Amino acid sequence: MTNSSLSKAFIAIIKRDLTLALRTRSEIANPLIFFVIIVSLFPLAVSPEPELLKTMAPGVIWVAALLSTMLSLDSIFRSDFEDGSLEQMLLSPHPMPILVLGKIIAHWLVSGLPLIFLAPLLGVLLFLPYDAMPALLATLALGTPVLSLVGAIGVALTVGLRRGGVLLSLLVLPLYIPVLIFASNAIATAAADMSIKGQLYFLAAMFALALTLAPLATAAALRISLR
Amino acid sequence: MWSFFHRLASPKHFYLFANRIIPWLGWSTLITFIIGTYLGLFVAPTDYQQGESYRIIYIHVPAAWMSMFVYMIMAIAGGIGLIWKMKMADIIASSAAPLGAAFTILALITGSLWGKPMWGTWWIWDARLTSELILLFLYLGFIALQSAIEDRRTAANACAILALVGVVNIPIIHYSVEWWNTLHQGPTVTRFGKSAMATSMLIPLLTMFLAFKLYFGTTLLMRARVEILERERDTTWMKKMIMGSDK
Repeated sequence: MTNSSLSKAFIAIIKRDLTLALRTRSEIANPLIFFVIIVSLFPLAVSPEPELLKTMAPGVIWVAALLSTMLSLDSIFRSDFEDGSLEQMLLSPHPMPILVLGKIIAHWLVSGLPLIFLAPLLGVLLFLPYDAMPALLATLALGTPVLSLVGAIGVALTVGLRRGGVLLSLLVLPLYIPVLIFASNAIATAAADMSIKGQLYFLAAMFALALTLAPLATAAALRISLR
Repeated sequence: MWSFFHRLASPKHFYLFANRIIPWLGWSTLITFIIGTYLGLFVAPTDYQQGESYRIIYIHVPAAWMSMFVYMIMAIAGGIGLIWKMKMADIIASSAAPLGAAFTILALITGSLWGKPMWGTWWIWDARLTSELILLFLYLGFIALQSAIEDRRTAANACAILALVGVVNIPIIHYSVEWWNTLHQGPTVTRFGKSAMATSMLIPLLTMFLAFKLYFGTTLLMRARVEILERERDTTWMKKMIMGSDK
């Protein structure tokens, strides 16, 4: 087994998951619709006042992003667990963390990336100042991969359970708090015309940490769930 | 020395050891609690700023310390169980979780009781209160995962991974909450610096801390004993021992 076969397997997994996701488009679309609906609920529930919405916008958009990611997380491993392909991956000669990373990347491409495209639109709906738009995009670009990576650990732990959905949110949401804090604060700071370098560095550091450690933990958790 | 620890890894020896040591631990817990409560309520001087209400720290601060300490114990035991497949480590980790959650709840409740006269509200989004609340969520997640998985060994291993992930996250959560807090409202809360505390107030606090530790040790052993009884009910040594004690 050479390195090239590992990279082939890695790319094959990403391609496979993307194809599967594109074949069932509703699975991609539903979390996004959910994202838009949650955000549009806030003006209805709180008040349509532009000033109030402007201050709430960063938090609302990020909480909605968190929740819609939660909704799509289950699809990372669920169907593969049910049809047994996850076991085949564990049996394959390639290191499991790399294969898991491939699946997480595919998940992010399907669920995280579209959020980045949708978010500016929602920012406009919530009267977010235009100066804060780059910050919104930057925090989403750095933050949503962390959500997918950390969430994968939770899915791997609960995939063997019949009703893992609620449990998953209980396990994963507390771990999302740092991302939420730094990201929404960065947007609010940018809206006040101040430098957001510090927040972005923190988000980048969390991304690096999650990228290196989360696949290992996810692979270990999968081994336990599949025993 | 080492053989003592090695033998503790077997549930049977642990069970017998727990049986022997629980009365000692229990009585010393009671005695230190009585001494600590007496010192805290009657001997320690009244605070010149906060009056009598500061005395709740003799419950609050040890409970808050314990809530962190128990999570560390849980994660370390979980890691040991994961690496060396030791049954006793799994048992310790799973017995510690509800205790840690209880300490966290106690710290939160006493904190808000203290907050009412000090800050005028039951709850304040103070950094330490908030991270304590998140710690409670982590405990609840751990307990929920444990009760959701039926097979004990799988449950223990899955929980161990969750605890280890939590341990990596706790400092991040703690500092991000602290940072968030200073940005949002500034340092509003007067805090007890450790060195700024008078010795006459510190000694009762340390006594109470010791009492909490002993209490944790006692209840942990008791819970572990129950867990061993449940898990090992089909083994011969357990049957023999129970039959023997019936005679």
